[in-house]
Amino acid sequence: MEFVKPTLQYFELAPMLIVFGAACLGVVVEGFLPRARRHVVQVVVAGLGLLAALGFTIWVATDLTSRASGAARGRLAASGTLVIDGPTVYLWGLVLVFAAAGVALFAERRLEGGVSAFAGQAAALPGTEAERQASTRGLDHTEVYPLLMFAVGGMMLFPAANDLLTMFVALEVLSLPLYLLCGLARRRRLLSQEAALKYFLLGAFSSGFFLYGVALIYGFAGSMQLAEINEAVRNDVGNESLLLIGMGMLAVGLLFKVGAVPFHAWTPDVYQGAPTAVTAFMAACTKVAAFGALLRLFYVGFGSDRWTWQPMMWVIAILTMLVGAVLAIVQTDVKRMLAYSAISHTGFLLTGVLGAQASGELADGQVTSLQAVLFYLTTYGFATVGAFAVVTLVRDSGGEATTFPRWAGLGRRSPWVAGAFAFFLLSMAGIPLTAGFVGKWAVFTVAMSAGAWPVVAVAIVASIVAVYFYIRHIRLMFFSEPEGEVAAVTSASPLTTVTVAVCAVATLVLGVVPGPVLDLVTNAGDFIR
Amino acid sequence: MHLLTESAHVPVVDPSSADGIFSLMWLVIALPLAGAAVLLLGGRLTDRWGHLLGTATAAGSFVVSLLMFLSLMDRDEGSRQISQHLYQWIHVGDLEVGMDLLYDPLSALFLLLITGVGTLIHVYSIGYMAHDPRRRRFFGYLNLFVAAMLMLVMSENYVGLFLGWEGVGLASYLLIGFWQHKPTAAAAAKKAFVMNRVGDMGMALAIFLFFVTFGTTSFSGISAASSGASEATLNALGLLLLLGACGKSAQVPLQAWLLDAMEGPTPVSALIHAATMVTAGVYLIVRSNFVFELAPAAQTVVVIVATVTLLWGAVLGCAKDDIKKALAGSTMSQIGYMMLAAGLGTPGYAFAIFHLLTHGFFKANMFLGAGSVMHGMNDDVDMRRYGAVRHAMPITFLTFAMGYLAIIGFPGFSGFWSKDKIIEVALTENLLVGLAALLGAGITGFYMTRLMLMTFFTNKRWKEDVHPHESPSVMTVPLIVLAALSVLAGVLLLGDWIVEWLTPVVGHVEHEEPPLPALAITGIVVVVVALGVAAAWFLVARREIALTPPEDVSFATRAARADLYGDAINEGLVVSPGRHLVSGLLTFDRHGADGVFTGGASAVSGIGGQLRKVQNGFVRSYALSLLAGVLIVVLALLAVNLG
Repeated sequence: MEFVKPTLQYFELAPMLIVFGAACLGVVVEGFLPRARRHVVQVVVAGLGLLAALGFTIWVATDLTSRASGAARGRLAASGTLVIDGPTVYLWGLVLVFAAAGVALFAERRLEGGVSAFAGQAAALPGTEAERQASTRGLDHTEVYPLLMFAVGGMMLFPAANDLLTMFVALEVLSLPLYLLCGLARRRRLLSQEAALKYFLLGAFSSGFFLYGVALIYGFAGSMQLAEINEAVRNDVGNESLLLIGMGMLAVGLLFKVGAVPFHAWTPDVYQGAPTAVTAFMAACTKVAAFGALLRLFYVGFGSDRWTWQPMMWVIAILTMLVGAVLAIVQTDVKRMLAYSAISHTGFLLTGVLGAQASGELADGQVTSLQAVLFYLTTYGFATVGAFAVVTLVRDSGGEATTFPRWAGLGRRSPWVAGAFAFFLLSMAGIPLTAGFVGKWAVFTVAMSAGAWPVVAVAIVASIVAVYFYIRHIRLMFFSEPEGEVAAVTSASPLTTVTVAVCAVATLVLGVVPGPVLDLVTNAGDFIR
Repeated sequence: MHLLTESAHVPVVDPSSADGIFSLMWLVIALPLAGAAVLLLGGRLTDRWGHLLGTATAAGSFVVSLLMFLSLMDRDEGSRQISQHLYQWIHVGDLEVGMDLLYDPLSALFLLLITGVGTLIHVYSIGYMAHDPRRRRFFGYLNLFVAAMLMLVMSENYVGLFLGWEGVGLASYLLIGFWQHKPTAAAAAKKAFVMNRVGDMGMALAIFLFFVTFGTTSFSGISAASSGASEATLNALGLLLLLGACGKSAQVPLQAWLLDAMEGPTPVSALIHAATMVTAGVYLIVRSNFVFELAPAAQTVVVIVATVTLLWGAVLGCAKDDIKKALAGSTMSQIGYMMLAAGLGTPGYAFAIFHLLTHGFFKANMFLGAGSVMHGMNDDVDMRRYGAVRHAMPITFLTFAMGYLAIIGFPGFSGFWSKDKIIEVALTENLLVGLAALLGAGITGFYMTRLMLMTFFTNKRWKEDVHPHESPSVMTVPLIVLAALSVLAGVLLLGDWIVEWLTPVVGHVEHEEPPLPALAITGIVVVVVALGVAAAWFLVARREIALTPPEDVSFATRAARADLYGDAINEGLVVSPGRHLVSGLLTFDRHGADGVFTGGASAVSGIGGQLRKVQNGFVRSYALSLLAGVLIVVLALLAVNLG
């Protein structure tokens, strides 16, 4: 066997290398710096790492070269295992922006009175003397920053992966730090640890399916490369059962990550149990990365055989929207409600995935389904990060107050914060003049163009059902008389406040003048096939 | 009824792009708009000098308008349409709307009227509103109005026109209700706003129909293509535009708001509800000549509406004791004349605009005069408590008298020339309409003489504590300027100047001989007016005027005092059926729609409650459901593709 030294395109890979480098640097900082200085240094390393990566991402984006086919721009990298094309770079940008918001929320220390929202000493059992000591000594797990950076690195690798093995590695790299982060809540530690364990077990289970799918597809196509798989699918070589079962297993692995029904069961428990800052980061970034990978796998790898997988995707999309919206109605906890809302948004995104890809099926000037999904991810990410950031602010004596009765009348006590939350909810509901409306409009129209009108009809019904619980929460905040103990908005450091403000402004701007960002996703072009 | 001569060649709007002084076109709108922004956003900081800034921006606009007008005169007839593209305003699908301005002979005249009269009224308001604590805000609104009105007459497409149209509606609403502490003012503002919405719906629908039919909303595009559209479509367009015009110009059946609008400060009544905004409907019809010329049915309806309105307003003017309401009735009637001329098509357009200009001068003059009288009479508006004011206010009296002579059409004064021409054209086109216009002229003579006599002549009837005095010169100077214009504006007709000036916009037809020689018609008009004046003399000047309106009056008087039951008609035909419809819908909504909705909602949450039980928190069940999902996905894939 002969080993060939791979050539690396350092410029194109710079954003990812910077993120991984910053993560490693964070580990070193953790080992060598005294405890007192770690927090600041870690935040600076992570923040600067993300900003530098974002800067390089923009640089790379302006430097993409057109491919022969025209629609796609970019190049293969790392001996063909990675693709740096328009969609990749756009998704990198999104992940980095939301990750920066995540770092800001992680770094918030004023809400808990000088310590972060993460456990003082994760090894100390909940309710023991050791835990009390850790909390009185003001201990803090600053490892969360390198963990976040590793997760971000995985999230950047995921949509860029051009073969199934790299995709699997990326999946694990992004998942493992997240499992840990979920278990690190300072308050309600048992709930948090339970969430982490559930997430880990189910995640491992679904990874197993994914890996099995990889093996089957290799058996079918004789290759891991997406382009070669596509070639095999087109030429109909090999055993079709292998292809179908493998395709199903791969879909399961990815649909689990995006939280589609019936692979969604972990979502509410994990979103609720994880520290809210982690939830905000995870809800936005994981979805961005996983949808990037899903789109690439099905558009590039199985693109020539759309009619094989689309019926399955129709069913999943319909189920996801309905179950997410219906179950959100019966929730009484804000974080769980947002979790189910995230599930129904997965359904809307899948509706976009079903949409028309080729320009021949689309009206003049209409965006393709890939671009619609990219835009929807943008709008969804801002609203989600913003909403969870607001959740971190609304507190009572026991920390974050997430049950509904505590939120009653919040609009009268803190009109700005409640107004921002209401605005994010309106955007998630898809009310015009918010980003969510434009996003929904984009994915619904591409799905219509592809003839998926039953899915769009269900999507509209699900949207109406969803409006009910969003508006009900707004009514609770603004028009209900508070009873018993209520939550109040705790004054936060600029880190959280600015995050909320930026998300609100982005949601408004994307709703009123979506043009520039739509142009941006249009310029992102197509995948390199 | 066929009112039309053979339809003339419809002129096409085909502007050249702006250069030289015309590239400053945007400044005409931008100046007052900036003024409004500074005054309304600047808050109390601008209180001290706000009124001066407001006046200066209006005057600046006037100067630019005047310079542009002079340069336009220098150009030859073929190149007098100039447009300026500012930026792409709306671009959605096939709809492209530019922020385009159009400067042509028609908008040139409007610019001079709006900025000229507007500036005078700004100056006047400095004195009139001197003691109002919210004067700065008043000037902000006035500037906003001027900017919107200029947008209305300068836009090169219907969407921009609509922007101005709604802008003046907003400014009118704000200014009618300026003294919002008075419930009557607040109610009047609301009434004007609601009734204007009805007309605005017509405008909006017309714009949609323009876009659907022609694929554009620009004047140039539509005027080039209008002859290709079907007559039914053009009639529909004409009727919808007329509905819009009726709302804004207070034409029957949307007339009821104008009299109430007199609750606003008097300069507002002069500027908005006499000289400029209410004539927007006339502008709209003249501007849309490329539609109306090809839509005979719509033109006929315009003429009918105009004829009814000109008589309706004149009758109202006869019975009102409130000096401003009497003038408002007269405004309605005079706009009826303009609409009549506009409805008569190419022969009438120029005279509609001519009367619009002269009316703008003399009516603004008289409204400001009325304001000056009220200023001296402790803001009393009831003419029954006036009388013999001429001694106390000689300048106001003299200037008012110029306006009076102009409106009744005293030979030589501006109104004489403009109204006489309209009656002549009307008689030529249709005898019945012509006679109605003639009758209107007689009634005008009657009610204006009555107003004049009750205010400035007869015996003094004011209370002891009222001390009428002449207004300060900041108020009288605008009066004098407007009086001079009222007298002299007839020169625009010299050598048919205005007809030829407007020919590039409205087209040209061969002069058609009236049924009688023009001189004879003029003679008849003068005689009819004289009869009206004489009747007023005998009925008003020769009798004692009671301080309270007498009750034992004829049915006609009672009807006229009640605005010819305009409000009652609205109440009976629109408001109360509307209320019944709403209560019916409400009942249906409560019992039908809500039932379905709440039923659906409880069904959904019932399902949710059941589904929730699956989410039991046990990882083993979650893993099982995941496995079930895998089976479903894989089996579905196999079943669909291999089955």
